[in-house]
Amino acid sequence: MSYAAPEVLVDTDWVANHLDDPDVRVAEVDVDTSAYDQGHVPGAVGWNWTTQLCDTVVRDVTPPGELAMLLGESGISPDTTIVLYGDNNNWFAAWAFWQLKMYGHDDVRIMDGGRAKWIAEGRELSTEAASHSGTAYPVPEADRSLRSFLPEVQEAVEAHSAGLVDVRSPAEFTGEILAPPGLPETCQRGGHIPGAANIPWGKAVNEDGTFRTADELIELYEGAGITRGRPVITYCRIGERSSHSWFVLKYLLGYDDVRNYDGSWTEWGNLVGAPVER
Amino acid sequence: MSNLTPEDRSERRLDVAGWPVRVCSYRLGDTYFCTIDNVDPGARVARSRGATREEAEKLALQRAEERLAATRRRAG
Repeated sequence: MSYAAPEVLVDTDWVANHLDDPDVRVAEVDVDTSAYDQGHVPGAVGWNWTTQLCDTVVRDVTPPGELAMLLGESGISPDTTIVLYGDNNNWFAAWAFWQLKMYGHDDVRIMDGGRAKWIAEGRELSTEAASHSGTAYPVPEADRSLRSFLPEVQEAVEAHSAGLVDVRSPAEFTGEILAPPGLPETCQRGGHIPGAANIPWGKAVNEDGTFRTADELIELYEGAGITRGRPVITYCRIGERSSHSWFVLKYLLGYDDVRNYDGSWTEWGNLVGAPVER
Repeated sequence: MSNLTPEDRSERRLDVAGWPVRVCSYRLGDTYFCTIDNVDPGARVARSRGATREEAEKLALQRAEERLAATRRRAG
Protein backbone atom coordinates (compact mmCIF):
# COMPACT_ATOMS: atom_id res chain seq x y z
CA MET A 1 0.00 0.00 0.00
CA SER A 2 1.20 3.51 -0.73
CA TYR A 3 0.36 6.77 1.02
CA ALA A 4 -3.13 8.09 0.32
CA ALA A 5 -1.79 11.51 -0.70
CA PRO A 6 1.90 10.98 -1.48
CA GLU A 7 2.22 14.46 -2.98
CA VAL A 8 2.09 16.08 0.48
CA LEU A 9 5.44 14.58 1.41
CA VAL A 10 8.68 15.61 -0.28
CA ASP A 11 12.17 14.40 0.47
CA THR A 12 15.27 16.49 1.05
CA ASP A 13 16.47 15.92 -2.52
CA TRP A 14 13.24 17.38 -3.88
CA VAL A 15 13.64 20.46 -1.71
CA ALA A 16 17.30 20.86 -2.70
CA ASN A 17 16.25 20.77 -6.34
CA HIS A 18 13.55 23.42 -5.87
CA LEU A 19 15.40 26.03 -3.82
CA ASP A 20 15.27 28.48 -6.72
CA ASP A 21 11.81 27.54 -7.92
CA PRO A 22 9.69 30.72 -7.78
CA ASP A 23 6.52 28.66 -7.38
CA VAL A 24 7.82 26.99 -4.23
CA ARG A 25 8.28 28.63 -0.85
CA VAL A 26 10.05 26.74 1.91
CA ALA A 27 9.17 27.65 5.50
CA GLU A 28 10.88 26.49 8.69
CA VAL A 29 8.74 26.19 11.83
CA ASP A 30 10.56 25.04 14.96
CA VAL A 31 9.63 24.25 18.52
CA ASP A 32 12.81 26.06 19.43
CA THR A 33 12.25 29.40 17.78
CA SER A 34 15.95 30.27 17.80
CA ALA A 35 16.88 27.34 15.57
CA TYR A 36 16.19 29.22 12.32
CA ASP A 37 18.81 31.83 13.15
CA GLN A 38 21.40 29.11 13.61
CA GLY A 39 21.15 28.01 10.01
CA HIS A 40 18.24 27.08 7.77
CA VAL A 41 17.50 25.79 4.31
CA PRO A 42 18.70 28.53 1.93
CA GLY A 43 15.82 30.78 0.94
CA ALA A 44 13.49 29.41 3.60
CA VAL A 45 11.42 31.84 5.58
CA GLY A 46 11.16 31.29 9.33
CA TRP A 47 7.80 31.33 11.10
CA ASN A 48 7.59 31.66 14.86
CA TRP A 49 4.82 29.47 16.27
CA THR A 50 4.62 31.48 19.50
CA THR A 51 3.91 34.78 17.76
CA GLN A 52 2.93 34.10 14.15
CA LEU A 53 1.06 30.81 14.19
CA CYS A 54 -1.35 31.50 17.00
CA ASP A 55 -3.53 34.24 18.36
CA THR A 56 -1.33 36.03 20.85
CA VAL A 57 -4.24 37.30 22.96
CA VAL A 58 -6.89 34.58 22.95
CA ARG A 59 -5.80 30.96 23.05
CA ASP A 60 -6.54 30.10 19.44
CA VAL A 61 -5.03 29.44 16.05
CA THR A 62 -3.80 32.29 13.88
CA PRO A 63 -6.59 34.75 13.06
CA PRO A 64 -7.35 34.69 9.32
CA GLY A 65 -6.21 38.25 8.69
CA GLU A 66 -2.90 37.65 10.41
CA LEU A 67 -2.32 34.45 8.49
CA ALA A 68 -3.01 36.26 5.22
CA MET A 69 -0.49 38.91 6.26
CA LEU A 70 2.14 36.31 7.17
CA LEU A 71 1.72 34.48 3.88
CA GLY A 72 1.76 37.73 1.92
CA GLU A 73 4.94 38.90 3.66
CA SER A 74 6.49 35.54 2.85
CA GLY A 75 5.85 36.09 -0.84
CA ILE A 76 3.20 33.39 -0.95
CA SER A 77 0.12 33.51 -3.16
CA PRO A 78 -2.74 30.99 -3.22
CA ASP A 79 -0.97 29.17 -6.07
CA THR A 80 2.34 28.79 -4.27
CA THR A 81 3.57 25.37 -3.18
CA ILE A 82 4.47 25.70 0.49
CA VAL A 83 7.00 23.21 1.85
CA LEU A 84 7.22 23.06 5.63
CA TYR A 85 9.94 21.59 7.78
CA GLY A 86 11.23 22.03 11.30
CA ASP A 87 12.90 20.57 14.33
CA ASN A 88 11.56 17.84 16.61
CA ASN A 89 10.56 15.66 13.69
CA ASN A 90 8.39 18.37 12.17
CA TRP A 91 6.08 18.88 15.15
CA PHE A 92 5.35 22.51 14.43
CA ALA A 93 5.74 22.07 10.69
CA ALA A 94 2.73 19.77 11.05
CA TRP A 95 1.03 22.39 13.22
CA ALA A 96 1.52 24.93 10.41
CA PHE A 97 0.35 22.37 7.84
CA TRP A 98 -2.85 21.77 9.82
CA GLN A 99 -3.58 25.49 10.01
CA LEU A 100 -2.82 26.08 6.35
CA LYS A 101 -5.19 23.28 5.34
CA MET A 102 -7.82 24.63 7.70
CA TYR A 103 -7.50 27.93 5.95
CA GLY A 104 -7.74 26.28 2.57
CA HIS A 105 -4.26 26.68 1.08
CA ASP A 106 -4.22 24.18 -1.72
CA ASP A 107 -0.65 22.93 -2.06
CA VAL A 108 1.12 22.37 1.24
CA ARG A 109 3.81 19.76 1.74
CA ILE A 110 6.12 18.55 4.47
CA MET A 111 9.82 17.79 4.04
CA ASP A 112 10.20 14.24 5.29
CA GLY A 113 12.70 14.03 8.13
CA GLY A 114 12.66 17.75 8.78
CA ARG A 115 15.54 19.91 9.89
CA ALA A 116 17.51 17.08 11.51
CA LYS A 117 17.67 15.05 8.30
CA TRP A 118 18.73 18.05 6.24
CA ILE A 119 21.60 18.69 8.65
CA ALA A 120 22.50 15.00 8.99
CA GLU A 121 22.91 14.85 5.22
CA GLY A 122 25.36 17.75 5.35
CA ARG A 123 23.27 19.98 3.15
CA GLU A 124 23.88 23.71 2.91
CA LEU A 125 22.49 26.06 5.52
CA SER A 126 22.04 29.80 5.36
CA THR A 127 22.37 32.09 8.35
CA GLU A 128 20.74 35.05 6.61
CA ALA A 129 17.01 35.64 7.00
CA ALA A 130 15.32 35.13 3.66
CA SER A 131 13.52 38.05 2.08
CA HIS A 132 10.90 37.74 -0.64
CA SER A 133 8.73 40.23 -2.47
CA GLY A 134 5.40 40.57 -0.72
CA THR A 135 2.06 39.57 -2.15
CA ALA A 136 -1.53 40.37 -1.23
CA TYR A 137 -2.79 37.02 0.06
CA PRO A 138 -6.59 37.00 0.34
CA VAL A 139 -8.01 36.61 3.82
CA PRO A 140 -9.14 32.99 4.08
CA GLU A 141 -12.07 31.33 5.82
CA ALA A 142 -11.50 28.46 8.20
CA ASP A 143 -12.64 24.90 7.54
CA ARG A 144 -13.90 23.80 10.94
CA SER A 145 -14.11 20.15 9.94
CA LEU A 146 -10.42 19.64 10.65
CA ARG A 147 -10.58 20.80 14.24
CA SER A 148 -12.31 19.64 17.42
CA PHE A 149 -13.37 21.89 20.25
CA LEU A 150 -14.03 20.82 23.82
CA PRO A 151 -17.82 20.30 23.52
CA GLU A 152 -17.33 17.96 20.56
CA VAL A 153 -14.75 15.95 22.45
CA GLN A 154 -16.98 15.72 25.51
CA GLU A 155 -19.82 14.53 23.31
CA ALA A 156 -17.59 11.98 21.60
CA VAL A 157 -16.46 10.62 24.97
CA GLU A 158 -20.00 10.29 26.22
CA ALA A 159 -21.43 8.78 23.04
CA HIS A 160 -18.33 6.74 22.11
CA SER A 161 -18.76 8.27 18.70
CA ALA A 162 -15.11 8.82 17.75
CA GLY A 163 -11.77 7.14 18.18
CA LEU A 164 -9.69 9.27 20.51
CA VAL A 165 -5.94 9.13 19.93
CA ASP A 166 -3.67 10.41 22.68
CA VAL A 167 -0.31 10.84 20.98
CA ARG A 168 1.69 11.72 24.10
CA SER A 169 4.26 9.44 25.68
CA PRO A 170 3.07 6.53 27.84
CA ALA A 171 4.32 8.32 30.98
CA GLU A 172 2.15 11.34 30.17
CA PHE A 173 -0.78 9.09 29.26
CA THR A 174 -0.70 7.34 32.62
CA GLY A 175 -0.20 10.56 34.55
CA GLU A 176 3.26 9.64 35.80
CA ILE A 177 4.46 12.96 34.41
CA LEU A 178 2.46 16.05 33.45
CA ALA A 179 4.65 17.22 30.58
CA PRO A 180 7.45 15.86 28.42
CA PRO A 181 10.66 15.63 30.47
CA GLY A 182 12.28 19.06 30.72
CA LEU A 183 9.22 20.99 29.57
CA PRO A 184 6.88 23.04 31.76
CA GLU A 185 3.87 21.44 33.39
CA THR A 186 0.72 23.05 32.02
CA CYS A 187 -2.05 21.10 33.73
CA GLN A 188 -3.40 20.36 37.17
CA ARG A 189 -4.07 16.67 36.69
CA GLY A 190 -2.31 13.83 34.92
CA GLY A 191 -3.85 11.01 32.95
CA HIS A 192 -5.87 10.87 29.78
CA ILE A 193 -9.34 11.39 28.34
CA PRO A 194 -11.51 8.33 29.07
CA GLY A 195 -11.48 5.82 26.25
CA ALA A 196 -8.47 7.25 24.44
CA ALA A 197 -5.93 4.97 22.80
CA ASN A 198 -2.29 5.79 23.46
CA ILE A 199 -0.45 5.87 20.16
CA PRO A 200 2.60 8.08 20.67
CA TRP A 201 3.39 10.30 17.70
CA GLY A 202 6.94 8.93 17.61
CA LYS A 203 5.73 5.51 16.60
CA ALA A 204 4.78 7.01 13.22
CA VAL A 205 8.37 7.87 12.35
CA ASN A 206 11.64 6.10 11.77
CA GLU A 207 14.86 6.81 13.66
CA ASP A 208 15.84 9.47 11.10
CA GLY A 209 12.50 11.27 11.49
CA THR A 210 11.02 10.13 8.19
CA PHE A 211 7.52 8.70 8.23
CA ARG A 212 7.02 4.96 8.39
CA THR A 213 5.54 3.16 5.42
CA ALA A 214 1.80 3.12 4.86
CA ASP A 215 1.64 -0.56 5.76
CA GLU A 216 3.45 0.04 9.03
CA LEU A 217 1.19 2.98 9.85
CA ILE A 218 -1.97 1.01 9.10
CA GLU A 219 -0.77 -1.74 11.42
CA LEU A 220 0.03 0.83 14.10
CA TYR A 221 -3.36 2.54 14.13
CA GLU A 222 -5.65 -0.35 13.24
CA GLY A 223 -3.81 -2.51 15.74
CA ALA A 224 -4.86 -0.03 18.41
CA GLY A 225 -8.45 0.03 17.23
CA ILE A 226 -8.30 3.27 15.27
CA THR A 227 -9.96 2.28 12.05
CA ARG A 228 -11.12 4.18 8.98
CA GLY A 229 -14.83 4.74 8.62
CA ARG A 230 -15.15 6.14 12.13
CA PRO A 231 -14.36 9.75 13.15
CA VAL A 232 -10.98 10.21 14.82
CA ILE A 233 -9.87 12.94 17.20
CA THR A 234 -6.19 13.39 17.97
CA TYR A 235 -4.81 15.25 20.97
CA CYS A 236 -1.60 15.74 22.93
CA ARG A 237 -0.62 18.45 25.41
CA ILE A 238 -0.99 21.66 23.38
CA GLY A 239 -1.96 20.41 19.94
CA GLU A 240 1.24 20.30 17.93
CA ARG A 241 2.27 16.67 18.38
CA SER A 242 -1.33 15.73 17.64
CA SER A 243 -1.26 17.70 14.39
CA HIS A 244 1.66 15.43 13.41
CA SER A 245 -0.51 12.34 13.96
CA TRP A 246 -3.48 14.14 12.38
CA PHE A 247 -1.32 14.59 9.27
CA VAL A 248 -0.47 10.89 9.23
CA LEU A 249 -4.06 9.75 9.59
CA LYS A 250 -5.58 12.31 7.23
CA TYR A 251 -3.00 12.52 4.45
CA LEU A 252 -0.74 9.49 4.61
CA LEU A 253 -3.51 7.00 5.42
CA GLY A 254 -6.48 8.86 3.95
CA TYR A 255 -8.88 8.58 6.88
CA ASP A 256 -11.93 10.72 6.01
CA ASP A 257 -12.87 12.39 9.26
CA VAL A 258 -9.85 13.27 11.39
CA ARG A 259 -9.85 16.29 13.67
CA ASN A 260 -7.15 17.80 15.81
CA TYR A 261 -8.24 18.75 19.32
CA ASP A 262 -5.70 21.52 19.89
CA GLY A 263 -7.13 22.36 23.31
CA SER A 264 -5.61 18.99 24.19
CA TRP A 265 -4.52 17.95 27.66
CA THR A 266 -3.72 21.52 28.68
CA GLU A 267 -7.43 22.20 28.41
CA TRP A 268 -8.87 18.86 29.56
CA GLY A 269 -6.41 18.38 32.43
CA ASN A 270 -7.35 21.73 33.89
CA LEU A 271 -11.14 21.36 33.67
CA VAL A 272 -12.92 21.19 37.00
CA GLY A 273 -14.85 17.95 37.19
CA ALA A 274 -13.70 16.50 33.88
CA PRO A 275 -13.42 12.71 33.90
CA VAL A 276 -9.87 11.41 33.81
CA GLU A 277 -8.48 7.92 33.33
CA ARG A 278 -5.06 6.80 34.45
CA MET B 1 23.89 34.78 0.65
CA SER B 2 26.24 33.09 3.10
CA ASN B 3 25.62 29.40 2.82
CA LEU B 4 27.58 27.01 4.98
CA THR B 5 27.72 23.27 5.20
CA PRO B 6 27.30 21.55 8.57
CA GLU B 7 30.37 19.43 9.31
CA ASP B 8 31.81 17.17 11.97
CA ARG B 9 28.35 16.03 13.08
CA SER B 10 28.10 13.79 16.10
CA GLU B 11 25.17 12.13 17.83
CA ARG B 12 25.04 10.02 20.96
CA ARG B 13 22.61 8.94 23.63
CA LEU B 14 23.05 9.13 27.35
CA ASP B 15 21.09 9.58 30.57
CA VAL B 16 20.77 13.01 32.17
CA ALA B 17 19.00 13.35 35.53
CA GLY B 18 17.50 9.92 34.97
CA TRP B 19 16.08 10.64 31.54
CA PRO B 20 17.35 9.32 28.22
CA VAL B 21 18.51 12.09 25.93
CA ARG B 22 20.06 12.45 22.52
CA VAL B 23 23.02 14.83 22.21
CA CYS B 24 23.62 16.11 18.70
CA SER B 25 26.33 18.57 17.70
CA TYR B 26 27.85 19.90 14.49
CA ARG B 27 30.08 22.68 13.29
CA LEU B 28 28.82 25.47 11.08
CA GLY B 29 31.63 27.78 10.04
CA ASP B 30 33.58 28.63 13.18
CA THR B 31 30.86 27.69 15.61
CA TYR B 32 29.79 24.40 17.13
CA PHE B 33 26.09 23.96 17.81
CA CYS B 34 24.68 21.43 20.23
CA THR B 35 21.09 20.34 20.77
CA ILE B 36 19.77 17.91 23.36
CA ASP B 37 16.36 16.32 23.13
CA ASN B 38 14.51 13.94 25.39
CA VAL B 39 14.35 10.76 23.40
CA ASP B 40 10.76 10.11 24.42
CA PRO B 41 8.89 12.09 23.25
CA GLY B 42 11.64 13.88 21.33
CA ALA B 43 11.34 17.48 22.44
CA ARG B 44 14.38 19.70 22.50
CA VAL B 45 15.35 20.54 26.06
CA ALA B 46 18.58 22.46 25.51
CA ARG B 47 20.50 24.19 22.79
CA SER B 48 23.87 25.92 22.92
CA ARG B 49 26.81 27.04 20.85
CA GLY B 50 30.54 27.30 21.45
CA ALA B 51 33.96 27.59 19.87
CA THR B 52 34.56 23.87 20.38
CA ARG B 53 32.34 20.81 20.56
CA GLU B 54 33.27 20.32 24.21
CA GLU B 55 32.27 23.87 25.09
CA ALA B 56 28.94 23.66 23.25
CA GLU B 57 28.05 20.25 24.69
CA LYS B 58 29.07 21.18 28.23
CA LEU B 59 26.78 24.19 28.24
CA ALA B 60 23.88 22.31 26.69
CA LEU B 61 24.27 19.44 29.16
CA GLN B 62 24.21 21.88 32.09
CA ARG B 63 20.97 23.38 30.82
CA ALA B 64 19.46 19.98 30.13
CA GLU B 65 20.40 18.77 33.62
CA GLU B 66 18.65 21.76 35.21
CA ARG B 67 15.47 21.29 33.21
CA LEU B 68 15.25 17.53 33.40
CA ALA B 69 15.97 17.45 37.12
CA ALA B 70 12.89 19.58 37.63
CA THR B 71 10.61 17.01 36.00
CA ARG B 72 8.47 15.40 38.67
CA ARG B 73 7.39 11.77 38.57
CA ARG B 74 4.15 10.95 40.31
CA ALA B 75 3.38 7.73 42.05
CA GLY B 76 0.61 5.72 40.43
